[in-house]
Amino acid sequence: MRIAVCIKQVPTREWQPRIDDSKRGVREQDASFEMNEPDAYALEEALRLREKHGGEVVVCTAGPARASQVLREALARGADRAIHVEHDRLSSIITDSFVIAGALADAVREETFDLVLTGLQSDDQGAAQTGVILAERLGVPHATIVMDVQLAEKGAVPLLRVKRELEGGWFQWVEMPLPALLTIQSGINQLRYATLKGIMAAKKKEIRKVTPASLPAGHSSVVNLDVPRKTKQTQLISGSPSEAAADLVHRLKDQARVIG
Amino acid sequence: MILVVAEQQRGKLHRASWEAVAFAQELAGDQPVEAIVLGSAPGDPAAELGQAALAAVHVVDSVLLESYTADGYTEALHHAIEQLQPTHVVLPHTYRTRDFAPKLAARLDRALVTDCIGLTRGERPGFLRPVYQGKLIAEVAAEGAHPHLVSVQIGAYRADAAKRGSTPATVKPLNVPLDAAAIRQKAEEPFQEAKQAVDLSQAERIVAVGRGIKAQEHIALAEKLASALGAQLAASRPICDSGWLPMERQVGSSGQTVAPKLYVALGISGAIQHVVGMKGARTIVAINKDADAPIFEIADYGIVGDLFEIVPAMIAELQKT
Repeated sequence: MRIAVCIKQVPTREWQPRIDDSKRGVREQDASFEMNEPDAYALEEALRLREKHGGEVVVCTAGPARASQVLREALARGADRAIHVEHDRLSSIITDSFVIAGALADAVREETFDLVLTGLQSDDQGAAQTGVILAERLGVPHATIVMDVQLAEKGAVPLLRVKRELEGGWFQWVEMPLPALLTIQSGINQLRYATLKGIMAAKKKEIRKVTPASLPAGHSSVVNLDVPRKTKQTQLISGSPSEAAADLVHRLKDQARVIG
Repeated sequence: MILVVAEQQRGKLHRASWEAVAFAQELAGDQPVEAIVLGSAPGDPAAELGQAALAAVHVVDSVLLESYTADGYTEALHHAIEQLQPTHVVLPHTYRTRDFAPKLAARLDRALVTDCIGLTRGERPGFLRPVYQGKLIAEVAAEGAHPHLVSVQIGAYRADAAKRGSTPATVKPLNVPLDAAAIRQKAEEPFQEAKQAVDLSQAERIVAVGRGIKAQEHIALAEKLASALGAQLAASRPICDSGWLPMERQVGSSGQTVAPKLYVALGISGAIQHVVGMKGARTIVAINKDADAPIFEIADYGIVGDLFEIVPAMIAELQKT
């Protein structure tokens, strides 16, 4: 089984983005970056499928030069090789999903993977579009928010059976033929971390760079960025930890009247 | 015309469909708003939605749409949109919408702006959506030919804000060609993993832990606070993903929706997936070391500080009396 995993490099969760002078972007200079969390689960699932069924795991990203760091990390965790789509327009953190999905589709189409996995959404933009658009661009069936992946056979035809998460604690099994694309939900498995041996081995693995002359068109753009408006008047309680804790308990008793 | 794609499951209209209608009515101004319902004999939800101030409710009725599939919905809505020619298509940002809307947008090759929480109305509408885990709000302009697709975050608009019509809207059947062979997914019946032993929706008080709790052994501290407050223990998704608390204690879009008198969020940043499950709480307390955490936007009381210092002090204070 040949599996592609599409991963994104995103700013760390702790990073507080500051809006730049154009009001359409953020100051990236002080950001540190990591692998998008749902994508890490997608990679782990691919590695487990390879362990069970054999084959190859290829990680792909569409992003600026710095994004090669997450490819290296994926290789250290056990991916066999990597594809890096690099283009100036992918350097901004905020990029329309059509651009990214189109760039990825062009890069992976010729390899005709049996299965393409990606995280259900990115931790930075959270549009939850790239994987599904990619499925349509590749002409393969898909399922989203997947919590279990099983391979079965119908006659001699390989069949994919996946557990989709629905809302409010409900699930559903869905079957589809291969090749297919799945977007993976966080928590589907327990992540492994790179070993020293893995890190050493990754240095010898191939990262194929794809530098397209142009990128597919996007359909939207950010015209303004702002900080969220508060919906509530928050009473911020200051003081030493014990003072603040005592003050809070009193306000919950006497003001909010939510404890006895 | 603006077209709202309503969601129904086995004849039951998803509440977020009303919220999408409210958003569409605000977006529409003087333009008419219509809705579309898909399914096998979805007459009841169509009639229910017809109480809204809508110019029409279109019904696509097919056995091929009895259980939801991404291929079936994409195919049906692609044809419906070509026939009806709306300027905008508004969808509730449900798990189902996330499954098919990007595919539909890709097939139409039209803009899709997901998870919107509001809009600005200038020369062209700007769609507001959270980015960076809710730390910033982006105003996004859809570009290129219409229709533009927009999905509306659950809970961002009130269902009862949807204007009702003086007379029921006309319910019209809409014929679209559907090919069984084009539907590649086969969906089984939805199920619940195990009967939920913990019903957090009835809890009067909840203490919830997030990533800030750092390690499994610290859960006991939150447990102590919960017991001192007479509260149930709950968690955000990452805690349950790590196996530190069972999934049945998860609050948020993939877990339970709660509305207690008191909700104490310990080390929870306030990502939207969590907030949709608890923002109905009457009094929200946030304790977090990051003053910029979005949880403080919805908190009634906040302490910026180290929960490992503050929580033991709270427990001591509660035990005094």
